[in-house]
Amino acid sequence: MTALLELHNVSKRFGGLQALRELSFAIEEGEILGLIGPNGAGKSTLFNLINGVYTPDSGRIVFRGADITGEKPYRIARRGLARTHQIVQPLSNMTVLENCMVGACFGRENLPLARADEAARDAIAVAGLEERAGTPGIQLTIAGKKRLELARALAASPVLLLLDEVLAGLNPTEVERMIGVIRRIRERGVTVLIIEHLMQAIMSLSDRIVVLNFGEKLAEGMPAEVARNAQVIEAYLGDPRLAAELQSGT
Amino acid sequence: MPPLLRRPFFWIIALVIAVFAIAPAIGNNVELRESLLLAALYITLASNLNVMLGYTGYVNFGSIVFFGLGGYLCVWLVSSYAWPLGASLLVAGIAVGALALIFGLGILRLRGAFFALATIGIVEAVQAFAENFTPWGGSAGIYLSSAIFQPMGGPARALWSIYFLMVAVMGLSLYLSYLIKISKFGLGLLAIGQNEDAAAILGVPTPLYKALAYSASAFLPAIAGGLYFFKSAFIQPSDAFDLTLSTEALVVAMLGGQGTVTGVALGAYLYEELRGYLLTSETFSNFQLVLSGVLLLLIVLFFPSGLMGWIYSRFPCARKVLE
Repeated sequence: MTALLELHNVSKRFGGLQALRELSFAIEEGEILGLIGPNGAGKSTLFNLINGVYTPDSGRIVFRGADITGEKPYRIARRGLARTHQIVQPLSNMTVLENCMVGACFGRENLPLARADEAARDAIAVAGLEERAGTPGIQLTIAGKKRLELARALAASPVLLLLDEVLAGLNPTEVERMIGVIRRIRERGVTVLIIEHLMQAIMSLSDRIVVLNFGEKLAEGMPAEVARNAQVIEAYLGDPRLAAELQSGT
Repeated sequence: MPPLLRRPFFWIIALVIAVFAIAPAIGNNVELRESLLLAALYITLASNLNVMLGYTGYVNFGSIVFFGLGGYLCVWLVSSYAWPLGASLLVAGIAVGALALIFGLGILRLRGAFFALATIGIVEAVQAFAENFTPWGGSAGIYLSSAIFQPMGGPARALWSIYFLMVAVMGLSLYLSYLIKISKFGLGLLAIGQNEDAAAILGVPTPLYKALAYSASAFLPAIAGGLYFFKSAFIQPSDAFDLTLSTEALVVAMLGGQGTVTGVALGAYLYEELRGYLLTSETFSNFQLVLSGVLLLLIVLFFPSGLMGWIYSRFPCARKVLE
């Protein structure tokens, strides 16, 4: 296996807040890597650095062998990196199909309109939104909008998919279905980096886990190893319920 | 492009152009021609503004700068270098389009109200330039001698030729905004209009697309400006860069329904007719602008999707035929 995405000593500071400090890790091709950590640990900031919304203060980000540090989001998208947002960002007055066509047209394959239509319908089917294809994005439920985020990212036929809390706000049935969708996406050969607060879900989905705390890497390893790691448990002790969940999660 | 010919909307536009071209020619109706010339001008300005306002979601208060600059370049080339009208128009259009691309790459970094203010700033700056640029006659402007119409067969025939050219520019504007709307480029612009950050993350090259949209919306208004001021045989800064016309173009686009091709054209036509009526009426002639202000307020408050929004909600099937 070769590394698809590598982070080398990436740091980012917002004013007085050191959001990320000297963070390094790599994602192997084909794996699902889980990213966990208490609130404010820097998880979403990390996503924004990887896909070019922010530029790191120092360090390098290498994607498929090319240095993408400081590149614009639309260039990184073209290289085959797609993401979803924790706070959903639908193109409000455009239909689900149109939303996904934007992903297909301007994503990795840079498809012409007619073929983007096919790719979009395909992605909509994977995300289970077929019946909503003609609905404007803004009229979907929260679960629907999360699926739209996923379908739109998939339509770009990405090599690497960043999922930012796609399970948050869903009910248990919806969580089950979404986990199924994520597994299917991986079976298609897409590498996944996922942020999630639902411990049970992330422990069962991920091949490996990286734990962030106060912008630094606290631990990295298989889900079972991470769950036994004393430092990780300590970091979560502020929230005993989560710590208990972490230990029983595997 | 055969698939395009199969779309009904393509033929609807062709029909509109044909009506504009034929109606005044029947019986040599000069009065109707002058009224339709202004309607064609408003449709041109509003349709091109719509590419920025309706698709990309950027409020351009200074779209008039394209019209005025095009007018200046054309009249200048004709008067100082004795260029033929056709070549002057084309060069004016291309030059203004290229200039807009450069401006666009700069000011389109701004968003919302800041962008809108910058567009007003551009109008003021270009007007100040024209007022102080000696080859353009400074604030006195440029006059064309009446001999200018001789190569076109005398003033009477020249005015007809200018009218048909203006109708052609209007037709091209309608086709341009329609083609942009159904293209991949248009999809990218609509995505920017909905959520620019999300669009960039999905891979839409936002700075380039915005600048291209700005530039595309400059080309035909510049040619229309050339025609308009060639017809007047006179241009001066206060006429060429009159912000009123910019504002009217915004009112028209919003009246008809920003983002739609049909609505904007319909809005422009209706507005021009209303304006013509008010200007010639004894009671209202001083209130024409007051009325357009009130109209804009009413639309923004009660009909944000304009005439077309009302038609779409009343007749959902219209959505399929009228873009």
